[in-house]
Amino acid sequence: MPKKPLPPQEGNAGHLPFSRRTLLQAMGVSGTAAALGGGLVAAAQAAGTVAPATSEPGEQSLTLKVNGQPHTLQVDPRTSLLDALRDRLQLTGTKKGCDHGQCGACTVHVNGRRVNSCMSLALMHEGDDITTIEGLGTPDQLHPMQLAFVEQDAYQCGYCTSGQIMSAVALANEPYGESAGEIKEAMSGNICRCGAYSHILAAIEQTRKA
Amino acid sequence: MQNFTFTRVGSAEQAVRLAAASPTAQQGAEVRFIAGGTTLTDLMKLGVEHPSQVVDINRLPLMDVTDTAEGGLRIGALVRNSDLAWHPRVTSEYPVLSQALLSGASAQLRNMATTGGNLLQRTRCMYFRDNLSACNKREPGSGCAAIGGANRNLAVFGTSEHCIASNPSDMNVALTTLQAQIHIQGSSGERTVPISDFFLLPGKTPHVETVLNPGDLITAVTLPAPVKNAHSAYLKLRDRASYEFALASAAIVLKIEGGRVADARISLGGVGTKPWRATAAEQVLIGRPATAASWQLAAEAAVRDAKPQSENGFKVELAKRCVAHCLTTVALTAQTA
Repeated sequence: MPKKPLPPQEGNAGHLPFSRRTLLQAMGVSGTAAALGGGLVAAAQAAGTVAPATSEPGEQSLTLKVNGQPHTLQVDPRTSLLDALRDRLQLTGTKKGCDHGQCGACTVHVNGRRVNSCMSLALMHEGDDITTIEGLGTPDQLHPMQLAFVEQDAYQCGYCTSGQIMSAVALANEPYGESAGEIKEAMSGNICRCGAYSHILAAIEQTRKA
Repeated sequence: MQNFTFTRVGSAEQAVRLAAASPTAQQGAEVRFIAGGTTLTDLMKLGVEHPSQVVDINRLPLMDVTDTAEGGLRIGALVRNSDLAWHPRVTSEYPVLSQALLSGASAQLRNMATTGGNLLQRTRCMYFRDNLSACNKREPGSGCAAIGGANRNLAVFGTSEHCIASNPSDMNVALTTLQAQIHIQGSSGERTVPISDFFLLPGKTPHVETVLNPGDLITAVTLPAPVKNAHSAYLKLRDRASYEFALASAAIVLKIEGGRVADARISLGGVGTKPWRATAAEQVLIGRPATAASWQLAAEAAVRDAKPQSENGFKVELAKRCVAHCLTTVALTAQTA
């Protein structure tokens, strides 16, 4: 299929003073293609205004404790925990999939329990202890579950992976049984569109044998 | 999502006072309590719910499960579905409730969703959720696109010419079988409503789903003492094995004495506009021998009044088999206990 040419822009993308990530952050979304055409220049001008210094009407103050670090933010009450983590704290390891609690890509731990961060308002989490994939391990020192996912090749595109790992880590502290069937049932809230399920199961089983 | 003010409350009285300012506690309420948020944030993103004030009740002291003086269980409204499902008294004495809770949603959602919130879970009817189609539940008087439309998932019991939306909860089906009581704190004090009276049939007013008035806050659910020497189970049939709503489900408590049924409580899920108590099936069973023929008679009685829509006729047969299979399972548990 022939590629549709991009609409003419001033300059070209290679010379723009921002990355794809900062552009998307400036637009306040994680991946909306519709705005990429005509909105490009406007979005470019807006780049660098990720966190406005002054609060907008209706915004409320919030201290989120994420991966052991307190962050004080002014947030619109509509901000989900997921959007606060990704767009305000730049913790983009947590992914937005369906944004309706149906896919599990946004799974984080709140006070040690796995939840869908898309279905929760940020303002509900004052004082809570939040852990994201960034708080689990580092590239030099992977969490055993991260290592198991690498060793078992438990992903293809990787988009669901941080949610899968956060879910799998929390599962170890839940009263589910250890059979393959019970692990599958306990992991059913994390959808993998690539279908890496058997490898994900193998990764979880690897950490249980360790 | 329409903007709103967010208020965290420190007392039930404050929550009630704030919510009492809303003209209604039903569809379109101006003030909504938020607990787990799994229904409310979903519907607010869709534009189906658009409160101007959201009241966070998560810090209220409604998080305990305690024994009642009568030998039953008092479950705080903020007890999370996962905690309730794994509670030792629930797993041992009310297994039907534990199984129903664990069959609903996903582990993450069960960690968020609360007892009070699950009671108020809204229908999955796509015409209600699309914020566009004719829907008397969302927009009174606009009509019902589901009648004659895509109604495969919708109700065959308790429908009206104005609405055929099904109640999607699993927990509510088990609570109906267990004859739970709902404790409500409101502007004019506290009251207790049996679950059989808590949900309303759609009739001409499908936007009014429960007996809740402006300001009403569900504070707890109590279960009577478990029926002595009875056994129970929840069976859920659906399009995939996990993380899916019921097409038909059954929550059954059965007591067998001397080879005959001494007591039976049967409710159906996924098929009713509210959690559906199958009293006709219960009556058929009392005094009958605990045999496959009796289970079949009860299953037939359970679906006798079903009114299928254009695409969900299969649910009548499915619900029937669900009841028969669940009765078989419970009876087997009773025999091997």
